[in-house]
Amino acid sequence: MPTSSLRDRSGAALWRRPWLRGLATLSPPLAWFVVVYLTSLVLMLITAFFQVNSLTSQIVYQWTWSNFSEIFTQSVYGQIILRTVVMAVLVTLTDAVVALPFAFFLAKVARPRLRQFLVALLLLPLWASYLAKVYAWINILSDKGVLPGLEARFGLPVTHFAYSNTAMWIVFSYLWLPFMILPVYGSLERVPDSLLEASADLGAGSWFTFRTVVLPIVLPGIVAGSIFTFSLTLGDFITPLLIGGSSSNFIGNAIYDSALNGGNLPFAAALAFVSIVIMGVYLFLARLAGAFEAL
Amino acid sequence: MRISGWMRIALGAFVGLVILFLMAPLVVITLFAFDRSNVQTFPIQHWTLSWFSVAWHDQAVRSAFWLSLKAGVVATVIALVLGVLVSFGIHRFRFFGREAVSLMLVLPIALPGIVTGLALQSAFNLAGTPFSVYTIIVGHATFCIVVVFNNVVARLRRTSDSLIEASADLGARPWQTFRFVTFPVLRTAVVAGGLLAFALSFDEVIVTTFTAGAQNTLPLWIFGAIRLGQQLPEVNAVVVCVVALTLLPIAYAAKISSSDQTAKALA
Repeated sequence: MPTSSLRDRSGAALWRRPWLRGLATLSPPLAWFVVVYLTSLVLMLITAFFQVNSLTSQIVYQWTWSNFSEIFTQSVYGQIILRTVVMAVLVTLTDAVVALPFAFFLAKVARPRLRQFLVALLLLPLWASYLAKVYAWINILSDKGVLPGLEARFGLPVTHFAYSNTAMWIVFSYLWLPFMILPVYGSLERVPDSLLEASADLGAGSWFTFRTVVLPIVLPGIVAGSIFTFSLTLGDFITPLLIGGSSSNFIGNAIYDSALNGGNLPFAAALAFVSIVIMGVYLFLARLAGAFEAL
Repeated sequence: MRISGWMRIALGAFVGLVILFLMAPLVVITLFAFDRSNVQTFPIQHWTLSWFSVAWHDQAVRSAFWLSLKAGVVATVIALVLGVLVSFGIHRFRFFGREAVSLMLVLPIALPGIVTGLALQSAFNLAGTPFSVYTIIVGHATFCIVVVFNNVVARLRRTSDSLIEASADLGARPWQTFRFVTFPVLRTAVVAGGLLAFALSFDEVIVTTFTAGAQNTLPLWIFGAIRLGQQLPEVNAVVVCVVALTLLPIAYAAKISSSDQTAKALA
């Protein structure tokens, strides 16, 4: 190679040494993740074991369990954690129950054209601004809102969902529904029609086929979707604040209040620690159900 | 499993109801943005465009919009560079801890957003970093990387490695292979990933709450206004514009990738 440029030579050198290429491509993103994300997480977890001096409101860098003992001894935090987890489970179940028939229709009943149209319609609310959707629900559920207005016009009993846990349940289920439908649809698409026909030919009824053939194949999709519905509900503080009632505080609200209003970062970190543990348990259970192949 | 006629009708009706449920809020905010009344009540009596003009001339909205735009663009560029690199790294190389790296990339969206937000705030606090547009960007870039990664790695998996070997066999230098083979194959996936990352950043509230300090991005301005119950008709107009602005890049991203792949990439 008499006239090879530096660029060619460096390219060739990289080509001959795969580990060097690997290092060159992977080190910038890994450095970012380790420096920015993992370090921050570790710092937060350490902060959870510090305390704020109530007089100076400065962080005292001294190891203590007091944040955790406060969380586990004061019943108000027990209630908050319980409320958050129960809501996350309820929303996840609701979305799974709604998503299954919807995704089944998409994958097995709708013709390609209709399917495309419906998927596009799903992406619309999925990507429309979060606050826009929450704000819309305030206008729908409030006492002078659209729902009571329509109910009154049609002579139906007027509902008062606004600012309650029921309202939160409706709004959360709405917000995360597309996150459940899409992975379930993805896994249903992989079920060949012939499998359903074979089951019917062998004498299985619809319900039996659904339970023994469809459900096992779709389960990883449901679990994958449920990771989103569960995690997104678990970490929210905006919907509880804007849609929930006076007693709708979530873990997220407690974190928000202590970190941003109370100036008690260590206590907020301890609460975040608790949500990581809850999410860790959930991911562990999801892994048992084999969800990670579908992610 | 034979799907009987009745079942088809029942399923179809159910799907119709769910679609109505999904679309109703979007229709409601769009309609209310044109409601002349100060207090939003149903049914709407008089129509107007004036709230859009009020929002347009509001200095607070304008500066919030620029901050969101700046943060979104820079975060997207960072996420594109790092996301494409990590996609190549994960796809091309087998190394110890490969699974752990993929898992780590998903963490910012698998863990509740408030955890990411608080973690960054703790780190900035300990490091003594004052809040600025850069602290917002760092947070946004971190959770946007995975969106780019999902798109690009999916495309790499569908692209046969023999294309690259063929290019080398035909005498292309590594850079030429990248310039004329690898990049054109990836281009639409990269663009789609970037658009989705921007849309995600432009709309993000939870992480931003913890990394913005006293600054207002557009979503933070909206959140504050709804919370205080002030300027609600103006909020409504802003919110409709934000929806339109986020859906435009999404629609374009969907158009450049084929519909089925997009459904998975967007999820």
